[in-house]
Amino acid sequence: MNLHEYQAKALLRKFGAAIPDGENATSPDGAADAARRLGGDVWVVKAQIHAGARAQAGGVRMVSSPEKAAAAARDLLGKHIVTAQTGPEGIAVKSVYVEKACDVEREIYAAIIVHRAKASVVVLVGRESGTGVERTLARRETLFELPFGPDGADQAGIEAMAAFLSIDQDQARKVADMLTQARRAFIELDARLIELNPLALTKTGDVMALDAKMIIDDNAMWRHPELEELRDKDETHPLERAADQFEINYARMDGNIGILTMGAGLGLATMDMIIDEGGHPANFMDVRPMATRDQVAEGIKLLINDNRVKVILVMAVGGGLLHCDTIAEGLGHVFGKTGAAKPVVYYAVGTGKEISELTLKNQGIPVAITDSMEEAVEEAVRIAGSGSA
Amino acid sequence: MSILVDRNTKVIFQGITGKTATRMAERAIAGNTNVVGGVRPGRGGTHHLNVPVYDTVAEAVESTAPDASAIFVPPQFAADAMIEAIEAQIPLIVCVTERIPVLDMVRVKAALKESKSRLIGPNSYGIITPGECRIGVMPDRPHSPGKIGIASRSATLAYAAVEQTTRLELGQSTSIGIGGDSVHGIGFAECVELFLADNKTAGIVLIGELGGNDEEEAAALLKAEKPKKPVVAYIAGVHAPAGRRMGHAGTIDFFGDRSSAGKIEALKDAGAIVVNSPTLIGHAMRQALWRL
Repeated sequence: MNLHEYQAKALLRKFGAAIPDGENATSPDGAADAARRLGGDVWVVKAQIHAGARAQAGGVRMVSSPEKAAAAARDLLGKHIVTAQTGPEGIAVKSVYVEKACDVEREIYAAIIVHRAKASVVVLVGRESGTGVERTLARRETLFELPFGPDGADQAGIEAMAAFLSIDQDQARKVADMLTQARRAFIELDARLIELNPLALTKTGDVMALDAKMIIDDNAMWRHPELEELRDKDETHPLERAADQFEINYARMDGNIGILTMGAGLGLATMDMIIDEGGHPANFMDVRPMATRDQVAEGIKLLINDNRVKVILVMAVGGGLLHCDTIAEGLGHVFGKTGAAKPVVYYAVGTGKEISELTLKNQGIPVAITDSMEEAVEEAVRIAGSGSA
Repeated sequence: MSILVDRNTKVIFQGITGKTATRMAERAIAGNTNVVGGVRPGRGGTHHLNVPVYDTVAEAVESTAPDASAIFVPPQFAADAMIEAIEAQIPLIVCVTERIPVLDMVRVKAALKESKSRLIGPNSYGIITPGECRIGVMPDRPHSPGKIGIASRSATLAYAAVEQTTRLELGQSTSIGIGGDSVHGIGFAECVELFLADNKTAGIVLIGELGGNDEEEAAALLKAEKPKKPVVAYIAGVHAPAGRRMGHAGTIDFFGDRSSAGKIEALKDAGAIVVNSPTLIGHAMRQALWRL
């Protein structure tokens, strides 16, 4: 689950991390009031959307009076901000975060992640901040890892970080303190990512997180029911939200072949095969091993109701828990009830293959039963490509 | 021969009274697996599927001395169940549970270090040596005793490879699901090492996907070992968009991690045969074995 900047900052503040004073506002007047309450003479007004590179897209404004804060908010609220990470339609701004500006001497980068191979939480710092900083592996290799022991960051590590960043011991200690708090938040809140970009070294010698990105582990939400209310439902596509309700893994793509597969690996493979064949998947959809007929039916319904989808490709590999016949029953249930007419291409192998094919034939569903994955993919691409694209 | 499990492996099921565990334990018993007991707190002293149930793993170990434990408990309790098995020094722990928080796995991996246990999973279909021992959620039917070692992140793609190798009369020595999570137990490199040392395994199949480093580690090992046994690999997710989770938690990673294309390059460079469709795995393996 992605958190907005204002949410991440409120959480980090609770853990004692140094965050500039700020308030979230949903109206121009609210923004002006926030600026007045915060005090000072310069503020930053920032659009709250789940996407990086906001600044280049005009989503961050420096203002010098409460009235100007209101004007900036008026301009930003309701606006669709398009960045490299949002897709062409952009994301509508529902709130702005008004923050006291601070005198920045230098901006650095910090991130906390779980390192897969080390199976541990690692704290990374970089010499430069910046938008357009991609979290690529190549980038990771240019970062300094601040070592943590059971008692926090050790002196030798802090000294090495000071040398890496070319800052004095005092400042390095403050950076380490900040990251110690953020790391505690990471662990206690089950984060997958905390990114402080930029982390500012101020002219007064302080260390402040000017921006904060935080992602909570979806698999750990049961441990943090209080965080559920922070979820911004508008920023998940309605289809993805619907799929999630039925425990179906769904990711929207921009093509016209609707896919349902048993298993995530098979889903990835099917997408690859479609694209290699010149087709375009409309989605990735994987039903999990414990899926029921009704969950499969709901998945199929999503594809039927998706107007972009010209053909539904179903790949069933029967396993020990989920059998192909459950998939066929789900298909039969939807088509029998709704009388939908979208073409379906079906391939099955493994547990329940024969009975699933019989079920489909007996129910008169407009289904092409194929003998191999290749044939299924070719057929789906052919149907999707015929007629208007 | 086979790797890690065979007809002599004594298995307990943690969470044995659960619905899925019951189904899969029944299947295991029907398929000759030597299931010696189960664990379910509060049900100690009873029997389930005609095997004794214990309150704790330690009690089960004392009475039955298992070689392996199958963990079928919900994600909220899975990490503690794994750690309980590690502390009881069970040599092989197989966890099929999906959706375990990643920081729980960090805790489990810390407990695994310096321990006597080896972990398969989580979010894994388990491990099977056909006809001898099955611990997991895989189907029985397409499996047949044979000579191909399979290691896969994905369950359904592994079943497809099993079906192909059975149809081509190659069979499987052992098939292992390393799991779809980002932090997990045994990886491809360790599987390759075990399969290379196994006399019965004539060829190795690796089925990977984008994210993580397991394929690269296996490639480095193959490059160093230059084995005679053919290795056929398939890597899913070549066209998957970066930065989005595609079903398996392990497919999304921060700091980009490794692309499928990079994995394919590394494996080819190490002498593996990389096929571009999961349907070609069995065929490529048969051809490679002919050429030997």
